[in-house]
Amino acid sequence: MREITLSKAVNEAIAEEMRRDPTVFVIGEDVAEAGTPFKVLSGLVEEFGTDRIVDTPIAEPGFMGIAVGAAMTGMRPIVDLMFGDFLFLVMDQLCNQAAKTHYMSGGKLSVPLVLRTNMGATRRSAAQHSQSLHALVAHIPGLMVAMPSSAYEAKGLMKTAIRENNPVVIFEDKLMYQDKAPVPEEEYLIPFGQANVKREGTDITLIGTSSMVQVAEKAAEILAGQGISAEVIDPRTIVPLDEATLLASVKKTSRAIVIDEGHQGYGITGEIAARLNEKAFYHLDAPVCRMGAMDVPVPFSPALEDLTVPTPERVAALAARLVAGEMLHDA
Amino acid sequence: MTQPSNTESYLRMYTQMVRIRAFEDQANQLYLSAKMPGLTHMYSGQEAVAVGICEALTSDDKITSTHRGHGHCVAKGAEFKQMFCELLGKEEGYCRGKGGSMHIADQSNGNLGANAIVGGSMGIATGAAMSARARGSGEVAVCFFGDGATAQGLMYEVMNMAALWKLPVIYACENNGYSEYTRTDEIAAGSIVARAEAFGIEAHQVDGQDVLAVNELSQKLIARARKGEGPFFIELMTYRYHGHHVGDINREYYRTKDEESDWKSNRDPITNFGRWLTEQGLVAPEDLAAIDADVYKDAEDAVAYALAAAYPDGSEVDMHVYAPTDPATLRVGG
Repeated sequence: MREITLSKAVNEAIAEEMRRDPTVFVIGEDVAEAGTPFKVLSGLVEEFGTDRIVDTPIAEPGFMGIAVGAAMTGMRPIVDLMFGDFLFLVMDQLCNQAAKTHYMSGGKLSVPLVLRTNMGATRRSAAQHSQSLHALVAHIPGLMVAMPSSAYEAKGLMKTAIRENNPVVIFEDKLMYQDKAPVPEEEYLIPFGQANVKREGTDITLIGTSSMVQVAEKAAEILAGQGISAEVIDPRTIVPLDEATLLASVKKTSRAIVIDEGHQGYGITGEIAARLNEKAFYHLDAPVCRMGAMDVPVPFSPALEDLTVPTPERVAALAARLVAGEMLHDA
Repeated sequence: MTQPSNTESYLRMYTQMVRIRAFEDQANQLYLSAKMPGLTHMYSGQEAVAVGICEALTSDDKITSTHRGHGHCVAKGAEFKQMFCELLGKEEGYCRGKGGSMHIADQSNGNLGANAIVGGSMGIATGAAMSARARGSGEVAVCFFGDGATAQGLMYEVMNMAALWKLPVIYACENNGYSEYTRTDEIAAGSIVARAEAFGIEAHQVDGQDVLAVNELSQKLIARARKGEGPFFIELMTYRYHGHHVGDINREYYRTKDEESDWKSNRDPITNFGRWLTEQGLVAPEDLAAIDADVYKDAEDAVAYALAAAYPDGSEVDMHVYAPTDPATLRVGG
C-alpha cells in the first residue's frame, strides 16, 4: 500500500469531501494560497477557488462565529484554527453557540461543522503554541472530539467529521504532519466511537491518544523485551468514547495506563481512568494510572520541555512496576 | 400613501406591534405571579424596531435575536402558543422547553434564535449571510443587537469580514439607552454609526419609535443587500419600558421615573402610529380598539393553554445533545 504523510492525508480527505458535497468549505487564516503555515491545505485553493477556501483576517472568534451561522443555514464549514492554543479565543462561539444550538432549539437547528486544529509539545514553540487542549472541549456536551494517531486515522476521521451533523473538533499533532503511514487509494471512513486495538497483549493495557499511541507502542516494544505483554489501544475519538473496547481489554489484562499529551490534572487521563475504575474495578490487579503532560505551562527550553510529556521509557517503567505487583503507595 | 395595499400593510404593522406588547404584558404577569420559571427581558417600548424591520423581510430571510428577543420572534411570524409554552418550559414550546425565553428559536420563520451572550449572535448572522450567498438563495440576514453589544469585540471582527466580502447582512443596533443597568453614554465612546462607517459600511440612524420610518429604510436597505450592495448598519433610537429584566423593579439609581413616563406618554410607537392611522382617515379608532381586544384575547388564551400544557417527559433530558446523522451517509459512497 502507498504511504503518505499525515498532512497529505488531511488534504486528501478535505478535497474528496469538497468534491462530493458543494456545501463544504474551508475558512480560516492563510488557508488559501499559503495553504496554512504547515502547508496542509496546499493546492486546495487552485482546485476549489477562493469562494470555498476562504482566507480571513486574524479574527478567530469572528470566523468561528461566521462558520456557526453558515452551518446553521445549510453549509458545512471546516474551520481552520492555526494553533490549538487559539481555542481560548473561540470558546464562546464554539462552546456557548455551536455546542448548544441543537439542544437549545429542541433539535430544530443543527451545526454541522468541523474545527480542525492541532496539539502537541516538543516543537520548541513555548507556552502559547504547544498546548494540547482537547480535554477543554471534550468537557462540553454537544461537541465531538477526534484525535487521529496517524495519516490513516487522520484521513478516515476527517471524512467522518465532515459528514457528521454535529460540531466536531479534530486535533492533529503538529509534530506528525510529515509522518508517513499506509493509506489506501480507495475511499474509506473511520467511524466515531470505535477504538482501534493496535497491539494485542495480556499483561497490561496502554491506552494512548494521538502521538501517545506511538509512545505506547514503543513502550510495548520495551516491555516485550522484558517479557511483558502489553496491549495498546487508540480510542481515536474521545467523544464519543468506545468504553466497551477499553473495558474488555482491561478486564483481560487487569492493569491499565492512560497516556495523553493534555495536562494530567483534570484531564482526559483522569476521565478514562475513572470510567475503568467504576466499571472494571473487580477485574483490576493494580490502580489504573494516568500519564499526562506535566501541570506546568509548556516551557521553551528543550532541556525543560522534554521533561513535560510522557516518553516510552517512562511509560514502560511504570508498566513494569504495575505488572510486578509493586505497591504504588502505602497500604 | 393611502393606497389600500398600504393600509393593509399598516394595519399588519400595527397589529404586530400590539401582539408584541400583549405578549410582553402577559409574560410580565406570569413572572409577577410566580408562574414562570426564571427571568425574562421585556421588549415593550421597542416594538417599532422589530416590526419595521421584519415586515420588510420574507420568511426565508434569517434573523438572529437577543436575550430581549420576544419582539423579534413575534415580528418574524411566531405563534403565541408555542412561545408561551417555551417560556414556561413546556413540551409544545418552540424548543420543547429546552431553550426558554433567552434561547427561543423558530427556524420555520427564519429566526435562528435568541442568544443569552450579549453580542453572541453577530457571527451567526454574518455566517447566515455568507451561507445565503454561497447557496445563491437571495436571502438577507438581519442581526439584532443592543447598544450594550457594541462594546463586544466580535462585532468589529465580523463587520470587517462582512464589509470585505460584501455580505447581505444588516446590523440592527437597537439603542434603548441602557446597557443593562448603565447609561449607554457611559459605555459607548464616540459615535456608534461611525464605528460601522470606519469599515466602509453605509450606516444610518433612525427613530426607532416610528415604525414607518424604520420600515421604509429597511425596505430600501434589504432590497439593496439582496443585490449585493451590503452590508448595512442601522442604529435605531428606542427605549426600554421595563428594567433590564422583569426583576429590575427599583431602577431610579440609573434612570428617573419622569424619563420613563415621558417616553411612554409621548413616544410610544403603538399609540403614535395608531393616532397617525386615524388622523389619516385610514382606520376608525374603534377598529384599532377591536384589534387590540382581539390580540389581548389571543394572548390570554395562549397563556391559559400554555399553563395547562404538559412538561416534557424526563426522558427528553438527554435528547438533542447530538443531532442524528444518517448512517448511510457515513459509509463509503454515502
